[in-house]
Amino acid sequence: MTGIPLSHILIVSTGLFFIGMYGLFTRRNMITMLMAIELILNSVNINFIAFNKYLYPEKLDGIFFTIFIITIAAAEAAVAIAIIINLYRNHHSIDAEDAGEMKF
Amino acid sequence: MTAAQIIFYILSVLVLATGILAVTTRKIFRASVWLLFSLMCIAGLYFWMDVAFIAAVQIIVYVGGIVVLIIFSIFLTQKSGKEMAKPVTGRSLIAAFAVVAGFAFTSYLIDNNGFAATGNRAFSADVAAIGTQMLSTTQHGYVLPFEVVSMLLLAAMVGCIVIAMKDKSASANEKPLND
Repeated sequence: MTGIPLSHILIVSTGLFFIGMYGLFTRRNMITMLMAIELILNSVNINFIAFNKYLYPEKLDGIFFTIFIITIAAAEAAVAIAIIINLYRNHHSIDAEDAGEMKF
Repeated sequence: MTAAQIIFYILSVLVLATGILAVTTRKIFRASVWLLFSLMCIAGLYFWMDVAFIAAVQIIVYVGGIVVLIIFSIFLTQKSGKEMAKPVTGRSLIAAFAVVAGFAFTSYLIDNNGFAATGNRAFSADVAAIGTQMLSTTQHGYVLPFEVVSMLLLAAMVGCIVIAMKDKSASANEKPLND
């Protein structure tokens, strides 16, 4: 095709996924945790497109899954930011450690 | 090495490097700008894979929407010049170990899986075909998920407004107590 095997694209998206996981593990600020989640969702999208292009080039299903994931990611980011801003208004902090009372 | 291969490797390195910077830098505003670069390079990867429509959606939704939303909320909630607290060393060590182990394991699995060769069937994702199949009600149409996701977007929008709305009655009740 273009000379790049499918596995190279998959390894790039795996790297992006685990970078996002690292951010999710180490960050305690809710906005930066949200950024890590966006990276993870994007790595999944790359996977869908790559599989669609390389394994089923006559179909379009990977593209549709990507479109729906992007839509849901946008909705998720909007809801998360609404929650974060509401939390900031009540606690004056958006650190995940300070929101312990939301646990139960 | 052909030009396509060189472009792919440059884009991949940029995606991963800016991604790492986005999750490790301690200034939150810089983190959001690195995230922006990472998402732009992912859009470049989509262009490289001949799916111009998805690349355009990626730029419009992520770069033009989500990152701008994140930057707004940073300005609303943070003092942007301040550095964030360092993560606890033990936790970041364990996280790095888990992440490297997971990456190595997954790469090993990917490397050992021989994906079926496709031959040289042409891949075309023109917008007309995407739109036709998206709204088709036949066997492989996506009109039901399309409608469901539109309801979900509406519900999320209403939910956001309700969550972020100031509670008028509660603040009215608090005022006399404070005075």
